[in-house]
Amino acid sequence: MCHSNLPLLEVDNLSVSFRMYDRAFGQRDLKVIQDLAITVNSGEILAVVGSSGSGKSLLAHAVLGLLPQNATVSGRMFYKGKPLDEQNQRKLRGSEIALIPQSVTYLDPLMQVGKQARGTDKSPERMRRQRKVFQRLNLTRQAEKLYPFQLSGGMARRVLFSTAIITDAELVIADEPTPGMHLDQALEALSILRELADIGKGIILITHDIDLALQFADKIAVFYAGTTVEESPVADFIKGPGALRHPYTKALWHALPQNDFIPIDGFQPYAGNLPDGCLFAPRCPLKTPECEAGNPHMRKLRGGKVRCVHAT
Amino acid sequence: MKGKRLINISKVIGKYLFRVMTLLLATSIVAFVLVSLSPIDPVQQYVMGAGAVSMEQRETISEYWGLNAPPTERYLNWLSAILRGDMGVSLLYRQPVARIISERFINTFALMMTSWILSGIIGFVLGCVMGICQGKWVDSIIKRICLVLCSVPTFWLGLVFLLIFSVWLGWFPIGFSSPIGIADTDVSIWQRLYHLVLPALTLSFISFANVALHTRQKLIDVLESDYVLFARARGNDTWTIMKRHGFRNILLPAITLQFASFAELFGGSVLAENVFSYPGLGSAVSAAGLNSDVPLLLGITLFSTLFVFLGNFIANIIYGVVDPRIGEERPHGQAIGD
Repeated sequence: MCHSNLPLLEVDNLSVSFRMYDRAFGQRDLKVIQDLAITVNSGEILAVVGSSGSGKSLLAHAVLGLLPQNATVSGRMFYKGKPLDEQNQRKLRGSEIALIPQSVTYLDPLMQVGKQARGTDKSPERMRRQRKVFQRLNLTRQAEKLYPFQLSGGMARRVLFSTAIITDAELVIADEPTPGMHLDQALEALSILRELADIGKGIILITHDIDLALQFADKIAVFYAGTTVEESPVADFIKGPGALRHPYTKALWHALPQNDFIPIDGFQPYAGNLPDGCLFAPRCPLKTPECEAGNPHMRKLRGGKVRCVHAT
Repeated sequence: MKGKRLINISKVIGKYLFRVMTLLLATSIVAFVLVSLSPIDPVQQYVMGAGAVSMEQRETISEYWGLNAPPTERYLNWLSAILRGDMGVSLLYRQPVARIISERFINTFALMMTSWILSGIIGFVLGCVMGICQGKWVDSIIKRICLVLCSVPTFWLGLVFLLIFSVWLGWFPIGFSSPIGIADTDVSIWQRLYHLVLPALTLSFISFANVALHTRQKLIDVLESDYVLFARARGNDTWTIMKRHGFRNILLPAITLQFASFAELFGGSVLAENVFSYPGLGSAVSAAGLNSDVPLLLGITLFSTLFVFLGNFIANIIYGVVDPRIGEERPHGQAIGD
């Protein structure tokens, strides 16, 4: 169902910084995302993994143009080959690009959730669709009439999930849609995303749950300290560290409970005191003086992409 | 189920009745103590205009009014009378207190309601405009005006209005609730409204700034919320967001605040009525205070307490009825779907 060979969404060299006010008078720009690059094709689920603070949600907000006033964005974003500028973002939001937000606070506390799921479209067709999606997500007819405060965490997630599914969006950005859901519900939700991808839509699945991502995604992008360190096919993750490219991705693989369950020393540097050069260098076993000469570029390697001078 | 609900409702009503009774008792005691401590001698005030009055005559008046009894006994006399429904006779106006209150309350009520509605609407609209335009020049100008108005005393604003609109421009009358020299029964509704404009305007100017600033802040909170961000993510424009989420989330606090402002309104009306010589409860209560007219003072105090209590009570009820999160006995969401 892919209509052209242009990627659905291409993000290249994306940087996001926030203007912060220091103590009394000082003002500085805090760079929270730099050199971020991802590509999503139609018919594909791209899982975005990485620890908290690695810039996953900010990517979602940057693509939709929802960053706060004090944020500056640079870099290039293309949707179906057209640059995603403010005007285009406004046009595409909700109609072509849909967001599944990550917490119950994204629901209006004073509006019944059925109405919120349907959005501004008041047609009977929309209503039918909403009921179908609710049913599929195991939400009853009574649940439509509930207010967000009456929902359990899992129900709230499923309502949020439904908001994107009942649109005709070409690109769905799911920002951690499954936490709080029971396993079978999470599996159901992700298989819905899989079905959407199979009919030609593009999905960005931001998640902490690598297991689930491995089951449903096509590609995995690994984020570290506000940048992408690797983008690789899911198969490589399943094969193991030998097939993976970046030392951080390998460390992540080793840290998984079903593998070695061995965490890597140190912690992710936070915006404001990032190292010069490669962001992973301070924790990297392969570190050489070369690594301190600027953040390496993303390069193609064995059917994936990696940001490391030593990767082979 | 239904019987249980009835019991619950009657419990709530009982609770409020008990509260209002204790509140009335407490305010009447405080008011009585204060007026007893006041250095003003009601007899002296009463005979002031009557020329020479001998000590014996003063003594007779004092005896007649029951002023010689100890304060506790006087209070208890008043209390037992009021429990029988007798509010007493005003020393100043020589009329039953109940009648004075009912006559003057109509004037005050008209004044308060006009300014209450005016200030509510103006305040809400300005607050919304400021909230939507937050940080822009429209916001900063209106905000500054509101801050100035917030710090202006009622009587001063009343005097300025009088000076500008009545003395210089001559658009409105200087005072009273009806034209001078016309029998009360001949005064038309238009003449009454004409006399109402300036005091009502003064009174609403005092409170709309408050409402506007409050609404502004609330709206900014709402517009910065995650659910508004999400509405934007779904492609809604600002006006759609206001209609779907904005008003829904700020109307309730605004209404509550509006009903809870009855107390300030009463306080303001005392000043506004004095400046405009407007014959309402506010000017009556200050006259009563200045002349140590205890029955009238206590009567109006009780009445206004009741009125303010009613305002707060309505605010509570509205919140419970409109906000789905309040009045919820148990979260029945858990049983559904999970």
